[in-house]
Amino acid sequence: MNLDELESTAAREREQCAGQKCRLRVCTGTGCASAGSDRLTEALRQRAKERGLEGEVTVTEVGCLGLCAEGPLVKVDATDTLYQNVTPNLADNVLDSLTGEAAGITVCNEKQPFFTRQNRVVLENAGYIESDRIESYIARDGYRALLHVLAEMSPADVVAAITQSGLRGRGGAGYPTGLKWSTVAKATGPRKYVVCNGDEGDPGAFMDRSVMEDDPHRVLEGMAIAAYAVGANHGYIYVRAEYPRAIKRLKTAISRAERQGLLGSSIAGTSFSFTIDLRVGAGAFVCGEETALIASVQGNRGTPRPRPPYPAMSGLWGCPTLINNVETLGSIAPIIRCGAPWYAGIGTEKSHGTKVFCLTGAIKNTGLIEVPMGITLREIVFDIGGGIPNGGTFKAVQTGGPSGGCIPEKYLDMPVDYESLREVGSIMGSGGMIVMDQTSCMVDVARFFMEFCMSESCGKCIPCRVGTAEMYKLLTRIATGEANMNDLAKLEELCEMVRETSLCGLGQSAPNPVISTLRYFRDEYLAHVNEGVCPAGVCPMNARKGVTTHA
Amino acid sequence: MPETLTSSEVVTLTINGQEVSARTDETIMEVAEEQGIRIPALCHISGLSDIGACRLCVVEIQGSPKLQPACVTRVSEGMTVSTHTDRLRAHRRTIVEMLFAERNHVCSVCVSNGHCDLQNLAVECGMQEVTLPYLAPKLQVDASHKRFVMDPNRCVMCTRCVRVCDEIEGAHTWDIMGRGVDSRVITDLGKPWGESDTCTSCGKCVQVCPTGALFEKGVSVAEMTKRRQFLPYLKTMREVPK
Ligand SMILES: Cc1cc2nc3c(=O)[nH]c(=O)nc-3n(C[C@H](O)[C@H](O)[C@H](O)COP(=O)(O)O)c2cc1C
Ligand code: SF4
Ligand code: SF4
Ligand code: SF4
Ligand code: FES
Ligand code: FES
Repeated sequence: MNLDELESTAAREREQCAGQKCRLRVCTGTGCASAGSDRLTEALRQRAKERGLEGEVTVTEVGCLGLCAEGPLVKVDATDTLYQNVTPNLADNVLDSLTGEAAGITVCNEKQPFFTRQNRVVLENAGYIESDRIESYIARDGYRALLHVLAEMSPADVVAAITQSGLRGRGGAGYPTGLKWSTVAKATGPRKYVVCNGDEGDPGAFMDRSVMEDDPHRVLEGMAIAAYAVGANHGYIYVRAEYPRAIKRLKTAISRAERQGLLGSSIAGTSFSFTIDLRVGAGAFVCGEETALIASVQGNRGTPRPRPPYPAMSGLWGCPTLINNVETLGSIAPIIRCGAPWYAGIGTEKSHGTKVFCLTGAIKNTGLIEVPMGITLREIVFDIGGGIPNGGTFKAVQTGGPSGGCIPEKYLDMPVDYESLREVGSIMGSGGMIVMDQTSCMVDVARFFMEFCMSESCGKCIPCRVGTAEMYKLLTRIATGEANMNDLAKLEELCEMVRETSLCGLGQSAPNPVISTLRYFRDEYLAHVNEGVCPAGVCPMNARKGVTTHA
Repeated sequence: MPETLTSSEVVTLTINGQEVSARTDETIMEVAEEQGIRIPALCHISGLSDIGACRLCVVEIQGSPKLQPACVTRVSEGMTVSTHTDRLRAHRRTIVEMLFAERNHVCSVCVSNGHCDLQNLAVECGMQEVTLPYLAPKLQVDASHKRFVMDPNRCVMCTRCVRVCDEIEGAHTWDIMGRGVDSRVITDLGKPWGESDTCTSCGKCVQVCPTGALFEKGVSVAEMTKRRQFLPYLKTMREVPK
């Protein structure tokens, strides 16, 4: 497919959509699906048929519309109205609303900050396209960036553009993407590879899943542009086995793109060839670590190895390999289409562009959001998130999952960027954001994440293998009221030691949740240890039951 | 001549304040050894591939925010390395302590008592007592092999057995199962050692095992000194160009 053909496909698709009298877009994202949106789609189609509206009403399944807390969501294009909490039994009410007043269904206010404060770049298509139809992606400027790059830009131009955009890796560490691309571009080897990291293992995170499920072509396009820039002809997408829908949709997307000549040999009639294979992970958190991922793709046990050599120099089968996160790759096409200066203009001095977060926990509007870097935590929690429900009070927000930390109220006005988050002892991470209110115990939170790291440690290196188990044991002592001050001192000592000596990022960052809660909520630890009480009333404290009376 | 020689250059670096010269294909550990500086090590054993796993050999390199394992880190021009700072000593002590707390090491009843690498490391690193909570799960001893015994209670998960069996003997009888503290070395996908189809009974794993986890049946404590001379020899033989 060349640019002309692409444009005529896009025009045809747009025309067809405009021709549809009434399009109902039903959210079938993770949140809404669990609230019954699949059955709602069925019901809508069925009732439309029974009411003789078949030719007029088109029901399309789209990806996450964002406000998962109020799902299932349905957008009615004809009246430009979004409805929330549309359970399957409300199908008729939706159809009624087409001709008259909406009754019995709740309109979702799209002017609320949840929608207006977001800036959707990676998620620009979510809620608009049908992921299994490549035309749907093309109609929203899909593959334009790839064809533009192939026709007008040299690989070096592409690397320069990505560097200029200021994009940094969204997989957690925030490594400058342009720098990584230029390293791989300059590395020499018999072959090169591009790998998309879709392992997403943080508990409660589903940003990458949404992108892969709802807009799979965006990932493919990003990979193809990356491959052209670094000189690779083959790529892998590594997806965890727990994401069957993402796997299915990516598979479909790959074959559709191949059929259209947008992947495969001689893409768009040029000499550039690029093929993509899918690799399904075995569901270990550590397989998201790049060297473990490489081992896993090669069919070996997924354990990390010391770096250097970095994958950029020696990755898959010893060849230079570019590994990027799903969201990183999902940002590439818009950067090419709208220009690096545009992207660089969003955000702060050192953190550019937008970041997708999964807003969960004690917050009204749980859901998937995309915000410009530099936005404050307060804006996210209280404006976009709508604050703490049930009259609760804000206590902390956890970012970065098991590798991150808890940020207390005093930093709510801090801008969300890589450096600021690191300064306060957390990290940007891949985008998990858990809001906690007064009912959360910080010892319990630290213990939860430590248990996660302990069971996800690969066991290769001693500090992480034994250290996480020891720290978990000490935290359990604290949570049951058995600990003394020596245990607390030991815990702090281990945090330092495990962080400094572990082989890979999992062990090196496993102490972070403990370190940050000790830094800001030390009094809670002391209450457990010295007074035998859990101030939030969460920890079992069984060893002290009956011993203390003042609670 | 090993082909690496041709592509490496000679550089100067500083180890513990002393200037030394080295080839760029050498690791910090190798260069330190030449200088008579012994860096504690467990997963490293001369003759097998290095995996940088035990972390005992971590050293400080000026300008690098992270500690680096000396066994896998190549030297470079101008590098300034410290191998025995207070911080490193403390970390090493804790690593050894972790190993004693992880499984079950009652030295007085162990066949390796007196010639055990773990005991030696405890002495070398100044570890005198275990202050960490014991994890010590009770693990089943595998005595099914006609000549050897595997006691997982004394295993430190160094994977020397896995590597020697794969890299030198070519049998790949040993492997790792499980994750984290639950990981174990196994023979043939978890079959009892005695039923292994791949094991050639060469005994190389027993010789490289640093502890009393692998031992020969009917051998007294006094005779349990492990013989590892074959390793560097085999390695040198293999590097001779065909
Ligand atoms: C324990 C561990 C787990 C990781 N999991 C993921 C993951 O699930 N997805 C991901 O993109 N990166 C993950 N990473 C980071 C990757 O190693 C790597 O840095 C990243 O994929 C690079 O892509 P980026 O530069 O686009 O962020 C993980 C790192 C560690 C240490
Ligand atoms: S830090 Fe943990 S996960 Fe990483 S290599 Fe060591 S044991 Fe494995
Ligand atoms: S293996 Fe070594 S440290 Fe462990 S019990 Fe035997 S002699 Fe002691
Ligand atoms: S059995 Fe011995 S050689 Fe094998 S991993 Fe355990 S301690 Fe190391
Ligand atoms: S899944 Fe429907 S709004 Fe997120
Ligand atoms: S000897 Fe270097 S990490 Fe084990």
